[in-house]
Amino acid sequence: MEALININKLNLFYGDFHALKDVSLTIPEKAITAFIGPSGCGKSTLLRTLNRMNDMIPGTRIEGGIAIGGTEIYSDEVDVETLRKKVGMVFQQPNPFPKSIYDNVAYGPRLHGITSKKELDEIVETSLKSAVLWDEVKDHLKRSAFGLSGGQQQRLCIARALAVNPNILLMDEATSALDPISTLKIEELAQELKDKYTIVMVTHNMHQAARVSNQTVFFLNGEVIEYSDTEKLFSNPSDQRTEDYISGRFG
Amino acid sequence: MSRQGLKTMDQAQTVNKELYEFKNKRVSIMNKLMPVLLLLCASVSILTTFGIVVTLITETYHFFKVIPIFDFLFGTKWSPLIPPKSFGVLPLLSGTLLITVIACLVAIPLGLASAIYLSEYAPKRVRKIIKPILEVLAGVPTIVYGYFALSLITPMIQSVFGSAGVFNALSAGIVVGIMIIPMVSSLSEDAMSAVPRSLRDGAYALGATRFEVALKIVVPAAFSGIVASAVLAFSRAIGETMIVTLAAGSTPNMTINPLDSIQTMTAYIVQVSLGDTPHGSIEYGSIFAVGMTLFVITFLLNIFAQYIARKFREEY
Repeated sequence: MEALININKLNLFYGDFHALKDVSLTIPEKAITAFIGPSGCGKSTLLRTLNRMNDMIPGTRIEGGIAIGGTEIYSDEVDVETLRKKVGMVFQQPNPFPKSIYDNVAYGPRLHGITSKKELDEIVETSLKSAVLWDEVKDHLKRSAFGLSGGQQQRLCIARALAVNPNILLMDEATSALDPISTLKIEELAQELKDKYTIVMVTHNMHQAARVSNQTVFFLNGEVIEYSDTEKLFSNPSDQRTEDYISGRFG
Repeated sequence: MSRQGLKTMDQAQTVNKELYEFKNKRVSIMNKLMPVLLLLCASVSILTTFGIVVTLITETYHFFKVIPIFDFLFGTKWSPLIPPKSFGVLPLLSGTLLITVIACLVAIPLGLASAIYLSEYAPKRVRKIIKPILEVLAGVPTIVYGYFALSLITPMIQSVFGSAGVFNALSAGIVVGIMIIPMVSSLSEDAMSAVPRSLRDGAYALGATRFEVALKIVVPAAFSGIVASAVLAFSRAIGETMIVTLAAGSTPNMTINPLDSIQTMTAYIVQVSLGDTPHGSIEYGSIFAVGMTLFVITFLLNIFAQYIARKFREEY
């Protein structure tokens, strides 16, 4: 597995608060990388730097570098909108737009200039199929997205993200608002998607990281304590703090 | 092993009942009295509305006993004071609509643009300064706006369009529009700010620009609030009195030329109320008929606003 994302001595400040400290990390292509750690450890913050969603928060300052496929994403020449198109994101709470199922998925493609009905129909169908939602909704695409269950809404959000044809999918605790069965479906979906996409997920749930990810990164107080193959990190961690966390002694 | 502190039934019966005395007369009387007091306060405005409607209806009824309602509603000549007298309300109605349309053409785009700026672009600090300033606009007495129209806007209009009179609908309409900008911007901004962050994040994450998020996510999601603000502003413009009395003239005139002098319904009511028209005369009665017309229009508009707000509500 080749490293797709290279994070090099990244420091991030929210005003005076030093949220990420000297984070260096590589993330492999077409695999699932999980960020774990207690609340406030910086794992979501790091995830949100990968598609520059932190830009929106006033008072954020960044030092160091993140390169995706060799391109420095915080350089001035980078077009943030194109970056976000290539680095899709799914949020903690399902956040479908107040529109129909179809319009939710078609939203991104329309935004980027696709108007042909035929083309849109095709994108909507493939995206919903990729998100394993097609069979459940194909007969009522015109219905409001709010009629779906929480788990279906989250898969709709995944379909919406896939519709703009990203290479990377960021999942920010995407299952924490869902019931166990919906969670399992999303995990299975992530397993399928990793053949085509690079997935980075933040999770509160260590077991989830152990179940689905290929690489796990353990954060504590804004620092990366350890990262390695998931199997190694959970069976034979090299740092005592990692061991304490995964064995449930804190967090 | 038996648990300590677990009481037998015998012991349980020795409960000290004084500890559990829940009755309190004073509180229970207050609890019954408060809703009555509050209802009385609320009924002040209900009774006032009721009184206004009754007065309007009775006086209008007397007026329509003399002037046929058909002549009033569809007559195209309004000459209540100068013989031959004629009571066709259409010139007043068209004057009012002309002002209102001009005002809305000014206020809705500007108000919406400022609302979008405030809710989507402005840094917190800027918003904290601009919003109160906009709201000050709403607090300026309308007579001041009237003079603003007459002494600043009218000369500007005259220098562009030589044919414009001292009193013209355009000047008054523009200034009424300026007056209602804060209403549109403030209410629309409230509606836009209420759109949850998560929706914006969802769109940003798909690669939408700030403007696309504002236009394609925030505005549609806040649409019902925006329409409600626009209709409210519209009915405020219809009812505006002082600016049009000062700047639009007092010439009932069936025209759509904004450079002409016109008279609005409200300005007519002022004219008759201030004049020496005897109480009980038909001219005097006509102001109630005009007032009734105004009331019905704004009432229908408010219902319309509520209907639109409900119909276009996008739930989030």
